[in-house]
Amino acid sequence: MSEPLLRTPLYSWHAAHGARLVSFGGWEMPVQYTSIVEEHTATRTAAGLFDISHMGRINFTGPGAAAVLDRLLTNNVATLKPGQIRYSLIVNESGGVLDDVLVYRTPAAGHTDHMLVVNASNRPKVLDWTRAHLPADGSVELVDRTLDWGMIAVQGPKALDIVRPLVDLRQPGGAPDPSARLEAIKYYFFAGIGTCGTWGIVSRTGYTGEDGVELIVPSEKLVELWESVVRVGESHGLKPCGLGARDTLRLEAGMPLYGHELGEDIDPFMAGLDFAVKLDKPDLIGKRALVAAQQSHDAKMSRRRVGIELEGKRIAREGFTLLKDGAKVGYVTSGTFAPTLAKSIAMAYLQPDLAEPGTELAVDVRGQAVPARVATLPFYKRRKE
Amino acid sequence: MDPATLRYAETHEWVAVSGEFATVGITQFAVEQLTDLVFVQLPDVGRMLAARESFGEIESVKAVSDLYSPVAGEVIEVNAAVKADAMKIAADPYGAGWLIRLRVPAGTSLDHLHTLDQYEKQIAEAPH
Repeated sequence: MSEPLLRTPLYSWHAAHGARLVSFGGWEMPVQYTSIVEEHTATRTAAGLFDISHMGRINFTGPGAAAVLDRLLTNNVATLKPGQIRYSLIVNESGGVLDDVLVYRTPAAGHTDHMLVVNASNRPKVLDWTRAHLPADGSVELVDRTLDWGMIAVQGPKALDIVRPLVDLRQPGGAPDPSARLEAIKYYFFAGIGTCGTWGIVSRTGYTGEDGVELIVPSEKLVELWESVVRVGESHGLKPCGLGARDTLRLEAGMPLYGHELGEDIDPFMAGLDFAVKLDKPDLIGKRALVAAQQSHDAKMSRRRVGIELEGKRIAREGFTLLKDGAKVGYVTSGTFAPTLAKSIAMAYLQPDLAEPGTELAVDVRGQAVPARVATLPFYKRRKE
Repeated sequence: MDPATLRYAETHEWVAVSGEFATVGITQFAVEQLTDLVFVQLPDVGRMLAARESFGEIESVKAVSDLYSPVAGEVIEVNAAVKADAMKIAADPYGAGWLIRLRVPAGTSLDHLHTLDQYEKQIAEAPH
């Protein structure tokens, strides 16, 4: 616990711009600059800028990389197209979730490279786990690029307008591609870019429920890129955002967060992440346990992830108990007062027989039973043009 | 209220005593630390409070904190406006954002509470 906290290349910028810095996943990160609600609202209505360099970035290179990752990841890796990204879980032999990750398939000369973006708090664990499962012949090389590369997210309806003038899209291989358009990059795809006199990648991904991009550049260029986004974004209403707004945004969007909705005591089906599990893969670590879990859930699942809406403004905090007729039927994993919805919302694990949206429950808020009901996830869905 | 005339608890409540009545609120510093206030729970009128007794809770997006009465007394009024909209506390913590009014015993001592100078020293030293 006494390990010194890591700092992203933007640490000094955050400190100089009034951020409150907190310990998160082994890093010293901004939780807010002005107000969580202001930053949240800016992201929903204009744009928010987030330092997400604390996320782990791990490269897998070599002819066997896709096969290794297909054993380690519950989702399909070999079927990824060049430039495509997929959400996946990493599970242990018992089917418990070790992490939730994004896997990128990068087009590279002669072979295929892959990158995993993993949760900051899980990076050491994922590194140990994946290294232990690399082929002994050295045909797959793993390189942790977390400290070499910085990563930021620009999210919100104005995100693409802000990023467009700052990046030159590249063809696979690195040559400029003047005909390529940022908005032509599909959701969960990425492209190479030139920016700030260096190279990087831009992906149509995020953790806010808004349209937007995430950008990865060499660490030494991250502050320059960030300041460029701030400068261009100013007239669009962009605000730098901390982890506080990132959390309220992802909660409204119904997205799980490792350590809250996900952990080694949770299997992917309880979490409602069946779409990211491909049990027809021939070789997947934890497959036997996942198949058994799926079969036993068909009979009776012990708990499942749900959305909860509370009456009034009190917030259901992590660990609070869900009650039905006074009996404990579940527990809260994340809760907040949702700024966009102006409602007290939470995610929770609940007995499956009560998981139907609309079911009336109560949340034990420090001894007071606050009326609540099961809600459909996501709480918030952006309107698409 | 003029902050210079108030007394302060280490737990960031202020109190103004005038004769047998006291008004209690939370400080600008507390408001800034909490930010994004969403809810305040206040006691029923008629409740007797001891000094340093919890009389309610204030909840922000980030966290929930107990509220402590700086002095003993009987609750004679609670601020309905801030119960309806907790952000009214942030807008004017020493004025319209007051929380409760108390009837206090004659000769109530404020010696255990900070003056403005002492309170400002406390928050300057606090890690934040």
